[in-house]
This record gives sequence, C-alpha cells and structure tokens, in this order.
Amino acid sequence: MDNIAGSKSGLTWAVHVSVAFLVALWLFPTLGLFVSSFRTADQISTSGWWAALFPAEINEVYRADDPDDFRVADGDMFVVRGNVYGGESSSVISVWGTSSRAIDAYAAGETADLGDGETLTLQANGDYEWRGNDDQISGRGQRMFATAESPPEFTLENYSNVLFTEGSGGGMAKAFFNTLTVTIPATIIPILIAAFAAYALAWMDFPGRALLIAAVVGLLVVPLQLALIPLLKLHLNVGIGKGYLGVWLAHTGFGLPLAIYLLRNYMVGLPKDIIENARVDGATDFQIFVKIILPLSFPALASFAIFQFLWTWNDLLVALVFLIDATGETTVMTKQIVEMLGTRGGNWEILATAAFISIAVPLTVFFLLQRYLVRGLLAGSVK
Amino acid sequence: MHPAIQGLLTIVIGVGACVGYFYFANQFLDKVLYPAKGPNAGRNINRANQIRPWIFMFPALFALGLYLAYPVVETLRLSFLDRDAGNAFVGFDNYAQMVSEPKFWEAMRNNMLWLIIVPAMSTAFGLLVAQLTDRIGWGNIAKSLIFMPMAISFVGAGVIWKLVYETRPDDVAQIGVINAILVQLGGDPQTWLTIPFWNNIFLMIVLIWIQTGFAMVILSAALRGIPEETIEAAIIDGAGPFQIFFKIKMPQIMPTIVVVWTTITLTVLKVFDIVFTMTNGQWETQVLANYMYDKLFRASDWGVGSASAIVIMLLVSPILVWNVYNARKEMR
Repeated sequence: MDNIAGSKSGLTWAVHVSVAFLVALWLFPTLGLFVSSFRTADQISTSGWWAALFPAEINEVYRADDPDDFRVADGDMFVVRGNVYGGESSSVISVWGTSSRAIDAYAAGETADLGDGETLTLQANGDYEWRGNDDQISGRGQRMFATAESPPEFTLENYSNVLFTEGSGGGMAKAFFNTLTVTIPATIIPILIAAFAAYALAWMDFPGRALLIAAVVGLLVVPLQLALIPLLKLHLNVGIGKGYLGVWLAHTGFGLPLAIYLLRNYMVGLPKDIIENARVDGATDFQIFVKIILPLSFPALASFAIFQFLWTWNDLLVALVFLIDATGETTVMTKQIVEMLGTRGGNWEILATAAFISIAVPLTVFFLLQRYLVRGLLAGSVK
Repeated sequence: MHPAIQGLLTIVIGVGACVGYFYFANQFLDKVLYPAKGPNAGRNINRANQIRPWIFMFPALFALGLYLAYPVVETLRLSFLDRDAGNAFVGFDNYAQMVSEPKFWEAMRNNMLWLIIVPAMSTAFGLLVAQLTDRIGWGNIAKSLIFMPMAISFVGAGVIWKLVYETRPDDVAQIGVINAILVQLGGDPQTWLTIPFWNNIFLMIVLIWIQTGFAMVILSAALRGIPEETIEAAIIDGAGPFQIFFKIKMPQIMPTIVVVWTTITLTVLKVFDIVFTMTNGQWETQVLANYMYDKLFRASDWGVGSASAIVIMLLVSPILVWNVYNARKEMR
C-alpha cells in the first residue's frame, strides 16, 4: 500500500523496528534450544545459551604435571614443562596467578618468582615451565589459576549420544523410525479414503448428500478425548490391541473430517465442463476421478497431507493411548521426550538435542511446503 | 528385522490394501455385478451409478462412524456406568463424584482462563503482526518466522519453553533467559512453573506463541481482501492510520476474526500435551483434558473419565452447532 496517498513515512521505521522485535521474540526460544543442542553439559550448566555465541572468559585451576614422573634435570636445576590444556586448545590465557587470593597476579608470558630461585612461566597458549631445585620440584605439581578467553565451542556429540545410545537418555533413532512408521501410512490412507468420499460428495448425486456434508462439518470439532475410552476398548476387544494398526486407524478416523471437508470444498470448485465432457465421452466415474480429479486436486491434497503429517508427527495423546504398550518397543519421539523430561529433567544437552531431532523434520517440511500449508489453512477457515 | 524395513513393509501393506479396495470394488461393480453389456446394459449402468457413491464413501463413512460418531454415544453411556461394580448403571454418580473433586473445579477454572486469554491474545498478536507486515518489504520472511512454531509439536514447544523458564539455585549462573534477566536487574530467581495461578499464564504463553502464526496467516489474507477504495476514501476524508485500522479495516474482517477465534478456542479446549509435558497438572495448573487423562490411565476410573470427556464435548457443542448452521446456510 505504498502508493496510497497520505501514508505516513514517519511511522515506517517504527513498523520495521516493532516487526523486528516481534520476530526476535518469536525466534528466541527456538534458537535457545537449537544452540543448546550443540553445547556440552558443562557449558550449558555454567552459562546461558546466549553466551555460547560469544567468546567466554573462564577461570580455571590447573596443576603442573607430577614432578616425580615428569621433571627433567637442567644443570643443577630441575624443570617440568608441559601444557595446561594437555596440548591442543583454542583458549587464550590472559592473566594468571599461583594462589587463589591473587589469580590475576601475572600477565601471560610473565615469569612468577616463587622464592628461593623457584620460578614458573605460563604462556598464553597454556605452555608452562616450572623450574627450581631438587627440593622445590617435588611433591605435587604447582597450581596455576588462569583466566582464559575461550572461543565459542560447539559439539556434535550430543546428537550421536541421543540417537544411538540405548537407555533413558538415548534411543531416539529407534523412536524416529517408529514415528515415521506411524506417520506415513497415517498420512496416505486418510487422503486416499477422503479423496474418494470427497469426490462422491462433490460430484455425484445421491439422496442424503447434504446431510452427510453437514455431518462432516459437525464431526470436525468433536474432541479427540471422547474417542479414547470407547476405541481403546474396541481395539482390545477385536484383538488389534495396542500397535501400529490401531494407531493408523485412529489417526485415519480423526483426520478424515478435515480431509473430506478440505478436498470437497476444493473439488466443488473444479470446472464443471471438464467433468461433463469426460462423461459424454464415456468415461466412468472411476476414470474421471483417477485421471481428472486427482491430478487437478493436487494443491488441496498437498495441503491436507502437510496438515496430517504435522499432526501425526507431533501427536502425543493418540500414540500414548493406541500405540505404546508396556514393552515400550514402539515408543515415538514425543513420548521419548516426555520420558526424558521425567528422568533426565536437568540434562539439557540431552533434552535439547532430543527435542530438536523431533522438530527438525516438521520444520523442514514447513519451510519447503509453506505455500500449500497456508493455502490449506485459508481453505479450511475462510470462505 | 530392522525397524526401518519393518516400517516400510507395513506402509506398503496398509496403503496397498487401501488402493486395492477401491480398484477391486469398482471392478467388481462394473464387471461382475452390473456389467455394462448384454441385454440389460442400460439398466445395469444406472444401477452401478447408484451404488458407486456408496462404494466411494464406504471406507470414509465407516471410519467416521466408528472413530468419531460411535465414541460420542459410547462415552455418554460409559459416563453412567461404574466399571468396578461390573458396569452397573449408576445414574449421575460419576458426575456427582467429579463435581465433588476440587481438582475438577481447578481444571474448570483453568480451562475458562485458557479460553479467555489464549484466543484473545493469539488473535490480537496475529492481527498486529498481519497489519504491520502488510506494509514492509521483508514482511513475508517475518511472517514465515512467526508462523514457524505451528510446525513444532506441543511437546517440543514444552521443552523449548521449559528452557526459557528454567531456574537454577541462587549462587550459580541462570541458564533460563527470564531468570537471567531478572537476576541482572537485581531480583531473585523464581521457579516460574510452581507459582500457583501465574504458572497458568506461563503455560498459556506457549500456546499463544504457537497459535499467533495461525491467526496471522488467516487475518493477513483477510486484510489483503479488503477493497482498497474503502481505505482510500477514508484517507481522503482525513482518517489517521489508527482510525483506518479500527474503524475501516476491523469491521470488514470481523467475520474472519470470529472464525480464527473459534478455531483457536477449539484447540484450547483440547489442550493436553503442553500441560502434560510442562507441569502435568501440578501446582494448580490442571486442565480438563489432562484431568481426563489422569482419570483414565492413572486412576483407571473410566466412569469419571468419560464424564469429564462429556464436559469437554458440551463445551465444544455450541461451536459445533454454529459451524453446521453456517455450512448449511452456505450450501443453499
């Protein structure tokens, strides 16, 4: 609406700033989870995730190697050389000291005089040299209190732990496949069933059609909660029990009203001429449906597929009731995460990683196919 | 067998059975039952065409009936039975027991709070973002980012926000952002999710965070659908941006606002995962759906569980009636 006369440009910068603020506010929580999943348990518990993006200043205590094993003679003196990081590190020491009361007594590279000719030098990269006579260089290694600047550090270890370790902190790989096993049939089957029904409701004439459409609209809002007890009873009675078949059927049933509603609304809007011409040319309803309606309805099919995929992937309740039995062999990711919250509530590196694994797929689908999702939402609610 | 192969196999069987039904039922109708040839070809075609809609609809009707319509009736029936007494009819005993429990009233109170606050805030934020992003160049990117939580599961969102609300003891660094800010300002860290009453609000924020994107997408489309002439006329008459928004745009998108509001209301009535994940109804955060789950699977009390499900159904039914009424009006 830039072209409208009278729109105030003075307000524009305020709009930009407030939108930027809202976007940041909305992104911030998710970003926190994402960053945390790449940090070690230590890093997470010592500083907030936002600190991970900047170099951190940390105070640590190191001890020189045990003189009994590592000291070497140098003239009449003895020397212990080494690196406080044990070799590789990208941390840079700025100041250090030899007592907890003065941890910033010396700059990196300076030599501390420990009295009677005993000296200690600590370099910025962690190399140290501890020099003194036989008596001084003995017993336990000299302590060094160093203040170091360490660059942001990230690790992929959490992911390999959470995915492939069995037990309460892992097993996400199995849960991932279980979720996939639930999701794919639970997305495809209702589409197939609903597409046929939607075609019948949109283009075939039979008594009671209007009533059926109204019934579908009514069933759209029936809460899932009502279905839990009767269906669990039914599943147990007919021998399906708890398992994949039960959860597919349940997801199919619960997804159908929306599927039929969306697809019928879309199919009704398809050009009448095409269908009538096909009829005149002798095509059967089945042929019309498979060769004309289905390809033309692709956008609506895609919209519903995304809805159903997100809903089944993210579902917890239906899986808890209809799928997961006492053995826990068929656990899905949402359930696995809830379990971790119970048993490993403080282990954020595990929780964050597990949660991020479970939301990565929906997020990818969301960003790739957002167009269809928006179209489906609009078709489902605005006329 | 590797779970991936097992999964793949089951997928093929499930989907195959479905495709098979439609194909063979149709073949059977056209080739065996009423073949379109022989002396009665014309009559057969007509008969086949009368039956075909029902073949097309049968699986859907069956699934809808079994998985949605039947449970409504059955749950109602179960709510009058006592499972421990051998499914004896006990009248309204289950309901009486339910209303005598303080936890139920806590759940009702909280549900009412959710019903008022979440749809209102989500719609308000959605409208705000829709209006603001309408005018700027990177509006679509901004919208897409605010829409993103829609793709995240309630459980995932629960974990995300638990990290935001995380509390550590006084003497160590706070890793939850809210407490970190509070401490920076000189306050004491709080365990947000255990403060009765206010913790409800903290849980609601999670759902508002998710639902704002939904409201925004729909309201944004509605805003774009407003005829520009009405706005131009208002500008010529000297209306300011706020007047244009509240007096010209809002009234025109009112029907859409109602639709968004009711849709979010439906989501709120069924809210389960967020509470289950974050507090499990402790510290006075119980809601109806979680109360029902507790009754069903922890207390194994199917009677009271069914009764509370019926309460949810009753709360939903005004919207159900309204939706059906609108749909029927539209079809005429």
